Amino acid sequence: MATFFSHATEYLPFLLGGLWLTILVTVFALALATVLGLLWSLLRTSGVRVLEMPTRVLVEFVRGIPLLVILFYIYFVAPEAGIDLTAFEAGVFGLALAHSCYLGETFRAGIEAVDTGQLEAAKSIGMGRFMMMRRVVLPQAFKIILPPYTNDAVLLLKDSSLVSVISVADLTMHGKMLASTTFDNMTIFTLVALLYLCLTIPMNVLMRKVERAFAEGR
Amino acid sequence: MITFENVHKAFGSLEVLKGIDAEIGKGQVVCLIGPSGSGKSTLLRCINGLEQYQRGRICFEGTVVDAASRRIHAIRAQVSMVFQRFNLFPNRTALENVMEGPIYVLKENRKDVRERAMVLLKRVGLADKMNIYPASLSGGQQQRVAIARALAMRPRAILFDEPTSALDPEMVGEVLQAMRTLAEDHMTMLVVTHEIQFAREVADSVLFLDGGCIVERGTAGDVLNHPKHDRTRDFLRRVMHPV
Repeated sequence: MATFFSHATEYLPFLLGGLWLTILVTVFALALATVLGLLWSLLRTSGVRVLEMPTRVLVEFVRGIPLLVILFYIYFVAPEAGIDLTAFEAGVFGLALAHSCYLGETFRAGIEAVDTGQLEAAKSIGMGRFMMMRRVVLPQAFKIILPPYTNDAVLLLKDSSLVSVISVADLTMHGKMLASTTFDNMTIFTLVALLYLCLTIPMNVLMRKVERAFAEGR
Repeated sequence: MITFENVHKAFGSLEVLKGIDAEIGKGQVVCLIGPSGSGKSTLLRCINGLEQYQRGRICFEGTVVDAASRRIHAIRAQVSMVFQRFNLFPNRTALENVMEGPIYVLKENRKDVRERAMVLLKRVGLADKMNIYPASLSGGQQQRVAIARALAMRPRAILFDEPTSALDPEMVGEVLQAMRTLAEDHMTMLVVTHEIQFAREVADSVLFLDGGCIVERGTAGDVLNHPKHDRTRDFLRRVMHPV
């Protein structure tokens, strides 16, 4: 145990460098995934067939491909089409694209769960579609969406470890680098796991608090 | 003000309106009565385009009502609706519910709207419930907020879709009272209702619908006290003396 701690303090500064990048990737990817997911869900509930069908195909397509393959595709194949992204950009975009499709479905379910009486009330006072979404549907859908959204945010954070395979120097990558030079696998990967937990546990706790606040105060 | 010319509507193969002709004048209170499934709610919902009719024509002040056209929003802003299940916005207080339309649809000044909304809530007897969320209000109170919300739009007419049917019996009176006051102020009102006594007192005319057709029409006194058709007589007997 004592050796664990003495080694841990030695490795920690280096790993924190990776932790920082993990946080960056997660924050950017989650933000982009949320925007895209919202877009997919609005397109899919638009009632316009030419918008619904392509979105549905895209979502089904992306959901059916492993994230790792998506990352490889964006990082290694896209440059051949002239789209040259840095590893960081490719990682963020790949994560965001994959998770936007899960989030899109979550958002859609939330939007469709809002009572039709609410839509009729909004229409009956003359609201157009956009206003109805903004003022009536989305605020109510938000409450329904929050728990599964939290869940996906945590999944995204954990999935972000996959970007290490396209050479993004995140926490996992830093761990691997350190392990391959020191061979102290036990200490290092325990430390890496603990650092991930340091992010996911507060996220869960925080989100549960927010949920509860919403449930009470509406 | 509102005219129906040969209005037809079907849900799939089920015909619910089979050629409705009627005219509602400004300031009139018209009650639609009839058994469930007779098409009265559907007829009401066609006026503000919550349902689209397939044949015939409905005009509101000379404008053809078409649920698919952009003009429908303008018509809805002038024809308010009060629903059976209130449909208040649960995430907004009573006052915010009333202010929603004037601020976000009519784009009126927030301060003026706030004052008007407070007057309206006072008028329906809910001055002390302004900052309460719908979940903490009784059914009768919620429906009165809904009436205030409808009035806040300064509508040319109000559609009531069975406004007392979802209420506990002891709450019915307060809602009918609020509606009676509106009638006295010469608001144009179309009311789908089973409250025969209310119709008798307040309605200028009554339409009795059955099977998607207007079976009988006339003044409240004529239709409700001296019905000519057997079907009307039968319906009224059942409604007034259920046991």
